[in-house]
Amino acid sequence: MTDLTDLTISEARDSLKTRKISAVELAKAYQGRMAAHKDLNAYIIETPEIALAQAKVSDEKIAKGEAGIMEGVPIAVKDLFCTRGVLSTACSRILAGFKPTYESTVTTNIFGAGAVMLGKTNMDEFAMGSANLNSFYGPVKNPWKRKKDDKALAPGGSSGGSAAAVAARICAGALGSDTGGSIRQPASFTGTVGIKPTYGCCSRWGMIAFASSLDQAGPIARTVQDAAIMLEAMAGFDAKDSTSAEMQTPKFENALSVKDAKGLKVGIPKEYNSEKLDPEIKKLWESGAEWLKKSGAEIIDISLPHSKYALPVYYIIAPAEASSNLARYDGVRYGLRIAEAGDSLDEMYMKTRGEGFGPEVKRRIMMGTYVLSAGYYDAYYRQAQKVQKLIIRDFDAAYKKVDVILTPTAPSAAFALDEKPTDPVEMYLNDIFTVPVNLAGIPAISIPAGLSKDGLPLGLQLIGKMWDEETLFRVGGILETAADFRQGHARN
Amino acid sequence: MDEKTVRKIAKLARLQLKDEEISHFSVELGSIIKWVEQLSEVDTSSISEISDSKALPFRIDEVTDGGCREAVLANAPASEFDCFVVPKVIE
Repeated sequence: MTDLTDLTISEARDSLKTRKISAVELAKAYQGRMAAHKDLNAYIIETPEIALAQAKVSDEKIAKGEAGIMEGVPIAVKDLFCTRGVLSTACSRILAGFKPTYESTVTTNIFGAGAVMLGKTNMDEFAMGSANLNSFYGPVKNPWKRKKDDKALAPGGSSGGSAAAVAARICAGALGSDTGGSIRQPASFTGTVGIKPTYGCCSRWGMIAFASSLDQAGPIARTVQDAAIMLEAMAGFDAKDSTSAEMQTPKFENALSVKDAKGLKVGIPKEYNSEKLDPEIKKLWESGAEWLKKSGAEIIDISLPHSKYALPVYYIIAPAEASSNLARYDGVRYGLRIAEAGDSLDEMYMKTRGEGFGPEVKRRIMMGTYVLSAGYYDAYYRQAQKVQKLIIRDFDAAYKKVDVILTPTAPSAAFALDEKPTDPVEMYLNDIFTVPVNLAGIPAISIPAGLSKDGLPLGLQLIGKMWDEETLFRVGGILETAADFRQGHARN
Repeated sequence: MDEKTVRKIAKLARLQLKDEEISHFSVELGSIIKWVEQLSEVDTSSISEISDSKALPFRIDEVTDGGCREAVLANAPASEFDCFVVPKVIE
């Protein structure tokens, strides 16, 4: 064995169980690699003492035969999750210094299953962004580079730190969150696997809210099997989240034992195939369909007629919910307070929020406040909710004909940090294939499926029926095998 | 979006904006609004905005948590006498 950090989660789990390696050794190996890759800026805070203490407990549990499904596996936690006693800021200045006195349900679950926390990862402020360029802690570098130049590339966003950390092997897997593509798009940009489960699969309790009707936690990992193991450890009913589903979490890993797509109908939505689609992405999409056909699936053309309205619907509903959720940051109960002697309460609110939020967050609060304000509510918010319903009905109709839908994950490969579009609408188009999924509440996974001509990873997205993550893992496993994607290509 | 509207929205959202932010948002929000206005072309006359999904569960109205004043105040920028401290609100 060359390096412990090369082990996938399933490999590490097996080596830990047979006592070939110890959890403490594994945590230390990752810490060594983290120290060598600080330039990526993937972590905003490292938690070495917690990691070693948790790893020691894991070794004891393994010795006693009491190992959980993530026992001793070192992970990174997106800074969106509240972790007791550890800085949790959603990478916003307004939460400067915030150390929660409680632990989110998702992190409670995964640490309960034995995972070890290496640190908190960088992200777009309040998960608003598609390039991780909106963080108070500065941008993250994608571990991948183009063949033709040495430019630092964006890892995607908003879970950019988590995706970069997984790709750079400075964690075995990472927690992310996805409101409009924030797990899947960075997974596509970094050659990793990322799944957004069905709304209600993972509890939102203790997850810093962006748009509550769309936010879902999920894992980013190196393989489909690893993502299945992680999601199982994260998911589950939680009475503290009223939208959490009261159901038993399946043994997701078992879905991978079916190695073919026999009997499955795979839909190809014609609306996702515009003339503007990059020919490289289109070609990869066709290869994906071909692989699944060879594996026994039937490929069926479908229509999702309201697809083009998904982004405008999203950019009304998500900012509306955000403007309301972010009203809690007022300089009174936690985080930043900016006030001068003699300031009124209102002046304190205005200064704190004006200086505490970054430009993209302010833009979305303004947008949300506008669409909810008197005289505009019906024209914007109410109409958006109605069109959202039509988008949901499109998927319902499609799933009468097919079992799963195949699309590209993102319209491009990773772009350089200095090539970011200056027009916000153009930036929003990054999420064109991922946003409809959140609006419909259904699950979707991004699988690394190939390389662009510049040598950068490209992902394919599988969209499933409500509560059918198992088909996503099964078909994702088939795509993964067929694509034979090598993460080792990351130049780092 | 004119600057007067931007200032009004900023006040509603309790955001103190600099003059250059006001002029910037006036252009940017205007173009985003124009972009989302394409939704008006969709016929939704037969659609109700009420969700099709099943209603959220009710829970019994009882106290399940509390007695953690220290934890609640632990992150306050200013607290005194077991209370949050804010600027004076009464003239």
